[in-house]
Amino acid sequence: MSKRESTTKDSGTRSNPNVELVRSEAPSELLRELVAHLRQNRTQLREEWVVRITETRLLTAMTKEEIFAEATSVYDSYVEALETEAFEALQAYARNLSERIIPRGVETHEVVGIVLLLRDVLARSLFAKYQTDFKKLNRILDAYEPAANRIANTVAVGFVQERERVIRQQQEAIRELSTPVLQVRERLLILPIIGVIDPQRARQLTEQLLRGIRTNRAKVVVIDITGVAAMDLTVANNLVQTVEASRLLGATVIVTGLSPEIAQTLVTIGVDLGKMNTVGDLQGGIEQAERLLGYKVEKLAEPR
Amino acid sequence: MEVPILKQGAVLIATFQAALSDADLNHLRMGLVQQVVKFRSRAVIVDVTAMDVMDSFASRTLREIAHMIRLRGAETVIVGIQPEVAFAMVQLGLTLEGVATALDLEEGLVYLTQKFKNTD
Repeated sequence: MSKRESTTKDSGTRSNPNVELVRSEAPSELLRELVAHLRQNRTQLREEWVVRITETRLLTAMTKEEIFAEATSVYDSYVEALETEAFEALQAYARNLSERIIPRGVETHEVVGIVLLLRDVLARSLFAKYQTDFKKLNRILDAYEPAANRIANTVAVGFVQERERVIRQQQEAIRELSTPVLQVRERLLILPIIGVIDPQRARQLTEQLLRGIRTNRAKVVVIDITGVAAMDLTVANNLVQTVEASRLLGATVIVTGLSPEIAQTLVTIGVDLGKMNTVGDLQGGIEQAERLLGYKVEKLAEPR
Repeated sequence: MEVPILKQGAVLIATFQAALSDADLNHLRMGLVQQVVKFRSRAVIVDVTAMDVMDSFASRTLREIAHMIRLRGAETVIVGIQPEVAFAMVQLGLTLEGVATALDLEEGLVYLTQKFKNTD
């Protein structure tokens, strides 16, 4: 614990009572004082914070009990971070907290909001405590503000990183949903595509299809995109590439189930529709495929 | 590098090797057309099964071969393009437009048989 000594010339000033105020405490000493204050008034300040949270209508997805429980641990972690300046612990806490509350539907602005509210509540209590000593208040705030900002930053970033991790995980899961390449007749494959296609999934589908064409010696492939709501430029181009690559393997592609929106996209980006063999729906597509393969389907009797 | 060219009736079958240099490809271009003239072939099957990479020069050469052979009244079918190669090609915009393609040698022969049947 080192006291920073005043650097003013001391001859003749020691008797001046105002010199007492110039002696500056070390920042760590100030922090200690501030942390002690926050601990002493823990109950009251935490209560005030929870009230402000409810007033601002944050954390509406959580019950009062849950908010109180989380508020308690956040408050304690906050004060500890101020004291120890060990932000790794705070980061770990922030990630842990995020893991718990993200599934509850808590949004980023709520998390940032409550941390900033806590910062305000604590700052106000410091104003109240040191209102008679303006210089000391300034020094206390000099110690408090950078630390408080760093805490807000750490928690927000931790929360966002956790969200991004969850999103990446979900994207991976979607990609891994294997899209089956189905053989419905000799030399005829069907590839039903459902859901959201991002460029990576589109690429994976193309590779899967091309391998399927080779393995099954397919001459015709029906790609059905009834289950695809929208398609961006990259994916639309990928579809065209899939058709072209399939041709290189000797297979004809029939695309079925284009929604009006996707048809609009394809026309807008100028896809050469001469290259694309399209039929309205899957049934029509299969019928055309069978014709191409030389099948004729004949009804012999009524269904039993 | 010598590319084996086999004769199967009215069809010539050229099997491309894995690593063909630009010089090899140029040599092949003339060589194949000369063979078509010599044997009065009706078609050429170019088997690229062994090629694990197809660059723009190779792709252009194949198209030129097909065009030159068509000027002799004969058909060209490229067979055996591997899935990975096909994917890479279309991403580079090399679509071999205007050239017939088939999955492999067997399918290439089936295609030609049907084509000759229709035109004879």
